[in-house]
Amino acid sequence: MTSWFALLPALQTYDGSQTAPLFPPSASTVSGEVDALYAFLVGVSIFFSVLIFALVIGFTVRFRRRPGVHATPIEGSLPLELLWTLVPLAIAMVIFVWGAKVYFRTVRAPSDAMQIDVTGKQWMWKMQHPTGQREINDLHVPVGVPVKLRMISEDVIHSFYVPAFRIKRDVVPGRYSTTWFEATQPGEYHLFCAEYCGTKHSQMIGRVFALDPVEYQAWLAGAGAAETPREAGAKLFTSLRCDTCHNSQSGARGPDLAGRWGGKSVLRGGGSATFDADHVRESILNPGAKLALGYEPLMPSYSGQVGEEQLLALIAYIESLAAPQGAKEKP
Amino acid sequence: MSAAGPIPGPIPAPSPALGRASRENYLTADYSWRSWLLTVDHKRIGILYLLSVTGFFFLGGLFAVLLRLELATPQGDLVQAETYNKLFTMHGLVMIFFFLVPSIPGVLGNFFVPIMIGAKDMAFPRLNLLSWYVYMIGGLVSFLAIVMGGVDTGWTFYAPYSSTYANSNVALTAVGVFITGFSSILTGLNIIVTVHKMRAPGMTWFRMPLFVWAHYATSLIMILGTPVLAITILLLALERLFHIGIFDPKLGGDPVLFQHLFWFYSHPAVYIMILPAMGVISELVAAFSRKRIFGYSFVAFSSLAIAVLGFLVWGHHMFLSGQSVYAGVVFSVLSFLVAIPSAVKVFNWAATLYKGSVLLSTPMMYVLGFLGLFTIGGLTGLFLACLGLDVHVHDTYFVVAHFHYIMVGGAVMAFLGGLHYWWPKMFGRMYPEALGKFSAVVVFIGFNLTFFPQFLLGYLGMPRRYHAYPEEFGVLNVLSSAGASILGIGYLLPMVYLIWSLRYGPAAVQNPWGAKGLEWEKAPTPPPTFNFDATPVVTQEAYAYADDLPAEPTRPEASYV
Amino acid sequence: MSDSHGAHGGALAHHFEDLEQQREAHTLGMWAFLVTEVLFFGGLFGAYAVYRSSYPQAFANASNQLDHVLGGINTAVLIGSSFTMVLAVHAAQLRRKWQIFGWLWATIVLGAVFLGVKYVEYHHKWEHHLVPGPNFLFEGQPGGSEQLFFALYFSMTGLHAFHMVIGAGVLIWLSVLALKGRFDEPGRNAVEMAGLYWHFVDLVWIFLFPLLYLLGRHQ
Ligand code: HEA
Ligand code: HEA
Ligand code: HEC
Ligand code: CUA
Ligand SMILES: [Cu+2]
Repeated sequence: MTSWFALLPALQTYDGSQTAPLFPPSASTVSGEVDALYAFLVGVSIFFSVLIFALVIGFTVRFRRRPGVHATPIEGSLPLELLWTLVPLAIAMVIFVWGAKVYFRTVRAPSDAMQIDVTGKQWMWKMQHPTGQREINDLHVPVGVPVKLRMISEDVIHSFYVPAFRIKRDVVPGRYSTTWFEATQPGEYHLFCAEYCGTKHSQMIGRVFALDPVEYQAWLAGAGAAETPREAGAKLFTSLRCDTCHNSQSGARGPDLAGRWGGKSVLRGGGSATFDADHVRESILNPGAKLALGYEPLMPSYSGQVGEEQLLALIAYIESLAAPQGAKEKP
Repeated sequence: MSAAGPIPGPIPAPSPALGRASRENYLTADYSWRSWLLTVDHKRIGILYLLSVTGFFFLGGLFAVLLRLELATPQGDLVQAETYNKLFTMHGLVMIFFFLVPSIPGVLGNFFVPIMIGAKDMAFPRLNLLSWYVYMIGGLVSFLAIVMGGVDTGWTFYAPYSSTYANSNVALTAVGVFITGFSSILTGLNIIVTVHKMRAPGMTWFRMPLFVWAHYATSLIMILGTPVLAITILLLALERLFHIGIFDPKLGGDPVLFQHLFWFYSHPAVYIMILPAMGVISELVAAFSRKRIFGYSFVAFSSLAIAVLGFLVWGHHMFLSGQSVYAGVVFSVLSFLVAIPSAVKVFNWAATLYKGSVLLSTPMMYVLGFLGLFTIGGLTGLFLACLGLDVHVHDTYFVVAHFHYIMVGGAVMAFLGGLHYWWPKMFGRMYPEALGKFSAVVVFIGFNLTFFPQFLLGYLGMPRRYHAYPEEFGVLNVLSSAGASILGIGYLLPMVYLIWSLRYGPAAVQNPWGAKGLEWEKAPTPPPTFNFDATPVVTQEAYAYADDLPAEPTRPEASYV
Repeated sequence: MSDSHGAHGGALAHHFEDLEQQREAHTLGMWAFLVTEVLFFGGLFGAYAVYRSSYPQAFANASNQLDHVLGGINTAVLIGSSFTMVLAVHAAQLRRKWQIFGWLWATIVLGAVFLGVKYVEYHHKWEHHLVPGPNFLFEGQPGGSEQLFFALYFSMTGLHAFHMVIGAGVLIWLSVLALKGRFDEPGRNAVEMAGLYWHFVDLVWIFLFPLLYLLGRHQ
């Protein structure tokens, strides 16, 4: 597939000296695939555009009106109609399947990905590394390590876009969205907000620094680690008194949260919900919306008391409760 | 050589008592202001639309000029960010809701659908007038919102920005769009009933010109889609005024629901904009190659197929919005399917030229422009429908280039082509042919210079709706801005010489192109108030060119009187 | 929808060939209009479906706050009004102007009763802080998904009530025309058209009532 791309070697990289490059830098594991798909579509488009131009202009010249020469009446032709229905259909289906394949690559993060939390707000990006370092508008990542972003907005819809990685994902208020990438080339790349979000939409931009792993470690050390999200979450879990109801004792007022991540939560009135970030978030802010089966609707709403970053911390903590609650690490 | 001999056919020549009818026409029937503002004549209403859509086009064009001026340099130096945001919002709103949606149906559709099927008027003439007034009221309300400071949400009004955060005139603009929507509904309804119930004797469905088919399909979308836009905008206004929480996640609402509702209308709406244009192209291709459209019924049914399938693909605007991955896959495959009927049309038009007797007149220049640019616009639609690629190009200038290729390169070209083609019928005057061809070329060149660089910008990663941008996008943006000024001139020219022709242009005969169709063969130029001297009886298929071979003007000038 | 050039006298407008064509055009136009209405309400039904499935519990709780007895009474009243409307249309076909007048007014009165009951219901909601907005309190708590239910409840029933008001206005106007003898000659089908509209508005309520008042009660 990448051989398509190799047809355009002169355009392959953007080195800053070219005044009008045709491709952005290609710096992630999917960017080559996206470029190959693009090159294929450009090929298809050139083929059909040239075909149509040639037919239309050719016929216009060849059959131009001349005195005494008349048009030949032609009704149509079923074989031709079939030809130009089925050939485009077949090509379209190829594009569809190929595109869907690439897409699945960009949505499904590898399970060993390192997770970074991203919060968007008018008009800045806030990031937190799993080791606790925080950044604003800049993002440092190691090359060769898959990085998964868990993103949410504090206000309106934004969109996280790194052209060099060919990834983009809307960052929506009220629900988490994720995307992932694995940088392949060290360098500094644009980070854009791609969804219109108000006055300074065009200034909601930043930089992504892809560092080789050693440099990344050095950067982490220099960036001053704060608490990790999980530690912060564990503290919140006690200070907000979640642990008074959610613990492993029998007769606890709320369900035990340990080892639940990724599983199902059976709901009152039938149905179930996946126990994921969105479910935990909703349970904290709007406990009445979905009630766990077998428990009274006792849980108070924490809406207005916890911000997006605290929610992300709580979620990181609950996610880490892989084992039964007794075995959890105490902060 | 004149094309306008006595017309063979079953209609008796106008009786002497009606003789005056050939002199008096819909324009000369009455000169008072009142007779124009209270007219129920579909042709006069068409003219009212022509005046108003032209006004809105130049207003939207003015905003575009300011956009391009700002983007000529990377820094945001000409206007403030807030102003820039208002400019593209109002550019999009005006161009879509007040120019392109009502343009062809309101002007050419209104004028010619009844004539082409041999009717005296639309089925509901007063409703037709009402629809123009509703449109104007909606336009004025939106204009008021612009004058009072504008609106900065983007034409897509995405919540919760529009419902909670924006500090501009969202509610008032929404009301304007809401009102205009009803105009569209009324027009669609009128056309549907007209096509069903007002056809002249002998005008069967498969004898109808493809222009009428296209308008019928468009009208279906208008009446099925527009009400959903109306209710969406109503909810948005309620949300903005009373914070009822339908779209605001702070109150449990779902911002993505807004997008679903919005695109449920606005995707089909893009076919409201292109189908009538395709109808125009069918008429022009047939007339200037003097042939029946190749595969008439395929072209007719592809309009219906587009109208129906068009309702199933709205989610392709939301691949990255948070709808489920599987929904994305389904919307993607359906988007590829909806592209096929368009491909069928393009190939049939090309095939029609084969062994034709092709006259490269001004309208035909626009047809060639349409075919090329629509093809490029449509093919780049495939890039966007392709999931893996849309991740990268969504909300970049690639999308901007895609839709301008279709809407400006396609629909506006077709509108201009149609206007030039029917101008003699509408006003009884010819325009300067050489100047016409020249401006078509200017438009074509200016257009490509403006929008082709935007494809490259988009793939490079320049996001849309950006007031300022990184240096490296500079060169392509300068090209684009330069192109826009050429394009602007290309649009001013026809405006000047068409107005000129109203007074100084040579008078047109009844059928200057020697074309087929009731509007040319049976209706006087310009038509009288009730279109025909007697109700026509149709005995032939559409585009039956084969039977009167001799009448073939080689130059339109030859048919001036 | 009854678009005719009344100025020329006679029921046949200038641009139609005959009464039959005119009548068919009017009927088709009315049906097309009702289709647009279906989609207009359709957007709201869509939103309702989405939120009901996201917040089943909250919707059930909120729904319990509605007075299903009043809702039931209103359903009966509306069905009754459809019946009187049918009689009005029948009278119009027979061209009996006083009967038209009478049945139209019976319909209008029933419509007014409906709106009156609706007013009482709205008023209760207002007093119980169930109107979405800053004053909204559900079981002592502000906001929450219950507010969404009430937002939809007021939008849907409000839009429906608005249609009733328009309908009643049209019926009043027609009743005046009836007295003036406008329906004495053949080819006048305005009453029939208004009837279609009125039945449609009833039908919307027939969907609204179970969705809002009954579904998921007492869980
Ligand atoms: C008149 C207007 C119009 C028309 C007709 C179309 C037609 C099409 N559009 Fe476009 N579109 C817009 C106006 C229009 N669009 C606008 C305004 C937006 C942006 C809105 C916004 O966000 O502001 C948009 C955005 C848009 C998107 C979302 C992009 C994004 O935001 O990320 C997508 C994605 O699928 C898309 C796809 C298509 C497709 C597949 C067609 C197809 O119907 C095209 C079919 C035509 C052809 C395919 C060409 C002819 C065919 C051949 C010559 C033969 C060869 C064919 C094959 C091999 C199949 N369009
Ligand atoms: C029918 C629809 C239509 C039409 C005809 C046009 C016509 C044009 N459009 Fe636009 N456009 C949209 C629909 C349309 N557009 C939409 C829907 C958007 C998205 C908005 C959004 O994001 O919300 C958009 C957005 C959009 C952008 C992106 C803004 C951004 O994302 O930041 C740009 C930028 O170049 C642009 C440019 C132009 C240009 C140069 C023209 C030209 O074709 C205009 C040519 C016309 C004239 C130039 C006017 C005529 C002449 C004069 C007034 C005389 C004076 C001028 C000179 C002599 C130079 N348009
Ligand atoms: C007063 C007791 C109480 C407190 C305090 C409490 N909860 Fe709960 N919680 C419950 C009960 C009871 C349920 C089950 C009913 C329901 O789903 O609302 C529950 C459900 C949940 C669920 C969903 C479990 C499932 O199986 O779907 C999560 C997640 C949760 N709580 C997290 C928290 C967090 C985080 C906090 C602190 C910020 C917290 N809770 C504080 C009582 C409590
Ligand atoms: Cu954030 Cu645009
Ligand atoms: Cu679309």
